[in-house]
Amino acid sequence: MATRATPLTAPGGAPLAGRPRDSIAAWPLADRLGYLTCWAAGIALCLVTAAIVLFMLVKGISYLRPSLLVQSPQGSLDQSKAGGFLDPIVGTLLLTALGTALAAPVGVALAAWLSEYARPAWLARTVESGVEMIAGVPSVVLAIFGLLVFSQGFLSFLSQTSAGGSVFGKSFFAAGGMMSLLALPLIVSSTREALAQIPAHVREASYALGKTRATTIWRVLLPSVRPNIASGVTLGMGRIIGDTAIVVVLLGATLQTEGAGGAPLLSTLRGTGSTLTSYVYTNSPTGEGNAPQKAYAAAFVLLMLVVGLNAIVTRLSNGPRATNAERSPLRRGLRAVRTPWTR
Amino acid sequence: MHAAPAGESSGARPRSPAPARSGTQSDRRTERVLGALAAGVLGLIALMTITVFAKAWPSFSHNGLTGWFQSGGDVDQQLREMLTSGTQGGHPTYHLRAWPLLWGTILTTGLAVLIGIVFSTFAAIFIVEFAPAPVRRVIEPIVRLLGGVPSVVYGLIGILAIAPWVNHHLLSESRKSSVEYLVQLAGSNLSTATLILTVMITPIMVAIVSSSLAAVPGPWTEGSAALGVNRWRTIWRISLRTARPAIIAAAVLATARALGEAIMLSMVSGGRGFAANPIDGITFLFEPVRPLAATIVQNSEALSAPSLGRTLYAMAAVLMVSAALLSLAGWAAKQPLKRYGIRA
Repeated sequence: MATRATPLTAPGGAPLAGRPRDSIAAWPLADRLGYLTCWAAGIALCLVTAAIVLFMLVKGISYLRPSLLVQSPQGSLDQSKAGGFLDPIVGTLLLTALGTALAAPVGVALAAWLSEYARPAWLARTVESGVEMIAGVPSVVLAIFGLLVFSQGFLSFLSQTSAGGSVFGKSFFAAGGMMSLLALPLIVSSTREALAQIPAHVREASYALGKTRATTIWRVLLPSVRPNIASGVTLGMGRIIGDTAIVVVLLGATLQTEGAGGAPLLSTLRGTGSTLTSYVYTNSPTGEGNAPQKAYAAAFVLLMLVVGLNAIVTRLSNGPRATNAERSPLRRGLRAVRTPWTR
Repeated sequence: MHAAPAGESSGARPRSPAPARSGTQSDRRTERVLGALAAGVLGLIALMTITVFAKAWPSFSHNGLTGWFQSGGDVDQQLREMLTSGTQGGHPTYHLRAWPLLWGTILTTGLAVLIGIVFSTFAAIFIVEFAPAPVRRVIEPIVRLLGGVPSVVYGLIGILAIAPWVNHHLLSESRKSSVEYLVQLAGSNLSTATLILTVMITPIMVAIVSSSLAAVPGPWTEGSAALGVNRWRTIWRISLRTARPAIIAAAVLATARALGEAIMLSMVSGGRGFAANPIDGITFLFEPVRPLAATIVQNSEALSAPSLGRTLYAMAAVLMVSAALLSLAGWAAKQPLKRYGIRA
């Protein structure tokens, strides 16, 4: 929010608001009401956020026990025996890693193509609106589309096959694949905006040294937009961590991580599991578990992850990185990152 | 968020002259590989659209396009019948009158966006024009944080804190008994869902509106002030009018988000396919609803059932078309902003 420091200033620099003719007390009633409404809205915004954070903090601290973090969930009606949420935490990390690993290279490549090649023009325009469309498609639609795709016979190696021969279609692979679509638009837009901000002379200098376009992208352009790529990826991770619909539909939201048999890691990735979001969902009164205290504790852990990622994004997008005087003009140009949480 | 320089995306940006050795083998190969990747992503989107529609087709064709969107009968009953039909070799039933679900979607989304856009506009004016610098420094990360909170957390707060409160303090016994013969009233209802949905979509709108307010050209507001117009009227008449396309774009994007919200709404909207009736007066606000996206999530176990599964895909197709139309509308609404070099 690049706001103007002093909204209305006279040419001399003296704020107009300070002059007697524009003191708020002299405004008509309607104008003063509008002014008060603005303050009320701003304060309400802060209060709502504070209420949410404090509520979760109080609930989280009162229900979170260290043992919850290291125990696997157990199917038990007695809440004291139902275990913790180690598996969901591992599931969240695994799924985020998988989704990001798929989305980051594709997203950066797409952004580079859109920004540097974009030929033929009609294809570029279509791809652009396609990415916009993915950003707008509800994740639950992505989820059930994924179920359709991954239960096809030829993709059976990515999930499990039942005795009857029908492909299960629910696995970390399937969920990770669809999650990467969730993160893709964020990575594409933040990388692309940054590439568009690089002044033309940077490219020209590279071309003048006899570098090809591909080398220029790889050696000059991408390294200089690294912070923006990182912030796009981090935002994408935030989206992946926070999504529930895809996990419920495509990961099975089972109690424990259940491998599919075979090599250890591959077995897990082909198997079903749960994440913190689906754990919260199933343990809320809506789900089967109905253990509000555990749901609160897990939601608190989830919120802390999100707050952490948020801090990283803020640091990346406006951190004081202009230590190198020579690079600072470029950096300053790059700092105008599109706030991708507006999608 | 930023006042980016006017240079728009690659297409408009004056391209640097192509490098001397652009014809080298590896360079052309890179272009082709990247282009193929882009085409692949496009193909995936096309595949998604086609498969979802192909899967959804029987539901639309059995009910007819007008029938599908009409009201008639209890939609929950129809869905239950579909769950079992076709499994015992019988003819699968597709009979569905989905209006209560659509009406639930329209109500929650529409109300939340209406309340949200007014609130967000005032909040954005506050952030850009009135907030003292320290407050502004605090409020920006706050908005960002609010935008990043997972929907399941909102749902949890809604169902464990807000719904019981609404049930105890706002719902009187007489109100519950007044519509007893139709529907059970509880804490999870239209107003609870709308309230939380508003909180969820506000950050998106505040971000877009405030970034465009901040990018209103200084001389315009200065000119107004020089003519003796007071600060509020300057904001109201000049800044806000300039930012009007951004406000529309914000509303459109927030609508797309609200439309697709599934988890939170399935937790707090009441979970019953009931067409809340405005004739009921205040009680209307406390009637349960269940939007389309929430219906899909709540029935996700049944996606493999022959006819219910196809019906759920039909709902997804409706959501997908609406989302695509909205992102088109959002794009169109943002076009006038480009003239001022504002990218929201």
